[in-house]
Amino acid sequence: MNIHEYQAKQIFAKYGVPTPKGLMAESVEQAVENAKVLGGPIWVVKAQIHAGGRGLGGGVKLARSIEEVEKLSREILGMTLVTHQTGPEGKLVQKLYIEDGADIKDELYLGVVLDRAKEMPVIMASTEGGMAIEDVAHDTPEKIIKIAVDPAIGFQGFHGRELVFGLGITDPNEQKKLISFASKLYKLYMENDAEMIEINPLVKTGSGEFLALDGKMGFDDSALGRHPDIEAMRDISEEDADEREAGEYGLSYVSLDGEIGCMVNGAGLAMGTMDTINYMGGTPANFLDVGGKANAETVAKGFEIILKNPKVKAIFVNIFGGIVRCDRIANGILEATKLVDVHVPVIVRLDGTNAPEAAEILRNANIANVIAATDLADGAAKAVAAAKQAK
Amino acid sequence: MSILVNKDTKVIVQGFTGKEGSFHAEQCLAYGTKIVGGVTPNKGGTEHLGQPVFNTVKEAVQTTGATVSMIFVPPAFVADAVMEAADAGIELAVIITEGAPVRDMQAAKAYAVKHNMKTIGPNCPGIITAEECKIGIMPGMIFKKGNVGLISKSGTLTYEGANQVCREGFGISTAVGIGGDPIIGLSYKQLLPMFEADPDTHAIVMIGEIGGDLEIQAAAYIKEHITKPVVAFIAGQTAPKGKRMGHAGAIISGGAGTAAEKMAALEAAGVKVVVSPSEIGKAIAEVLKK
Repeated sequence: MNIHEYQAKQIFAKYGVPTPKGLMAESVEQAVENAKVLGGPIWVVKAQIHAGGRGLGGGVKLARSIEEVEKLSREILGMTLVTHQTGPEGKLVQKLYIEDGADIKDELYLGVVLDRAKEMPVIMASTEGGMAIEDVAHDTPEKIIKIAVDPAIGFQGFHGRELVFGLGITDPNEQKKLISFASKLYKLYMENDAEMIEINPLVKTGSGEFLALDGKMGFDDSALGRHPDIEAMRDISEEDADEREAGEYGLSYVSLDGEIGCMVNGAGLAMGTMDTINYMGGTPANFLDVGGKANAETVAKGFEIILKNPKVKAIFVNIFGGIVRCDRIANGILEATKLVDVHVPVIVRLDGTNAPEAAEILRNANIANVIAATDLADGAAKAVAAAKQAK
Repeated sequence: MSILVNKDTKVIVQGFTGKEGSFHAEQCLAYGTKIVGGVTPNKGGTEHLGQPVFNTVKEAVQTTGATVSMIFVPPAFVADAVMEAADAGIELAVIITEGAPVRDMQAAKAYAVKHNMKTIGPNCPGIITAEECKIGIMPGMIFKKGNVGLISKSGTLTYEGANQVCREGFGISTAVGIGGDPIIGLSYKQLLPMFEADPDTHAIVMIGEIGGDLEIQAAAYIKEHITKPVVAFIAGQTAPKGKRMGHAGAIISGGAGTAAEKMAALEAAGVKVVVSPSEIGKAIAEVLKK
């Protein structure tokens, strides 16, 4: 789960990680009010969406007067912001963060993320703050410092020294401040089961203070149960409505651009099914994993969500029943055709546990739109052919 | 022969009397797995599925001599269960549970490594040595005995791959579902040498996914050390780029962990890479008939 910048900064503040003062606003009036409370003389008006690259997309602007705060807030609130992380459809800006302007001397990058290979969190830092960090990593990887911290010992002095010397910070007072900053960041990463924290930029001010000018945080979904305070920060308007609805039924759904709807059990097989459709010359319309507890209701829901997409010309149901019994899926398909108007051909491949029974059920039901397939290749080929025919 | 488990392997189940644990333990027993007991705190001294129940893993190990534990406890208790198994001297813990917090698994894995306990999973179908020992939730009937070893991040692709291998007239020595979580136990790099050393494994199927760099590490290992033919499929060639907030994870692994990257690395290592999972069986037939 991801949260907004203003929420990340609330968590930072709780742990004593310094940030500029700021207030969230959901209307232009509130933005102006916030600006007055903050006092100025310089404010930053920032779009709050779950994506990076907001500045380049025109979602972060500097204001030198209350009037300017009002003007910029009017511009940014309600705009659809397109950045390199939002996809071409962009994201609607529904919240603003009005923040004190900072006296920026240097811009750094600081993040914490799990290093899967080392199996421990790693602190990443760079002198190249304010830039797209993926570009820095690509063009000048030597400018990124990575410090793995073993949770068994936690953040130690040597980690801090590695950080400040690596960044070329020589002033002892500044060293102390940055080490304390990083140590708090590591602590809040661990204590909140964060998946990643990214501060870009972390700025050094004219007076030698370090401030988190930005803040992005993502959390381990599996650990949200023990963090009700974090869970409460969920902004469902940032999530795809169909994906969320699917999630409520235990389905994992991601919409894509193609024409063949997919309903599969297991994420790996679901991706493999998309790959096979592509290999056979078709295009997948979605990723849909029905999970291990699929029943008539969830299958019907899956059809409903897939069919919301007007581009879908055929549906490929590809189930390899292990624990999921194929006869149940077959009954689910029958049930679904009663509940939902399935107006496109449905190619069904059911293999594994109770597959012969499932085939029998579908044969007896004799539904016009349902086409049986013998295996993955056969099913994908039939789905691709059906989609082509529908054109 | 096989790897890690066989017909003589003694297995206990942590979370034995729970709904999932009971159902799958029963299936494993029916398959022929030597499940010699289980652990459920406060149910020690009772019997379940005809096997003794213990309060602690230590007690279970001392009484039954079990070396492997199959773990079905709820997500929040997985780390505790894994560490208890390691502490009790279990040699291999197969963690089926889905949804264990990453931070917990980090600690549990570190502790397991310290105690020389191997782990498989979490969030995986488990391990099966065909027609001898099934420790997990896979449909046993797909796995006919044979000479193909299988390693897969994905559960259902394990079944798909094994099924195709068997339909081509071959069979499986051992299949291991390693899981796709950020922190997992045994991976390709540890399992490949086991299959290389197993005289009854003549070829290896390796099924990977986008994300992380385990397949890249595997490719490097295969190039240097594996003489047996390897067939690989990487799921997610058509997956959209994630709508992520940051790119820190990708930077760490030195690349985005794309399917194309992994497929290229494996091909360069001499692996037969297929672009669709529907080609796995045919590819195995090709490499074994040479």
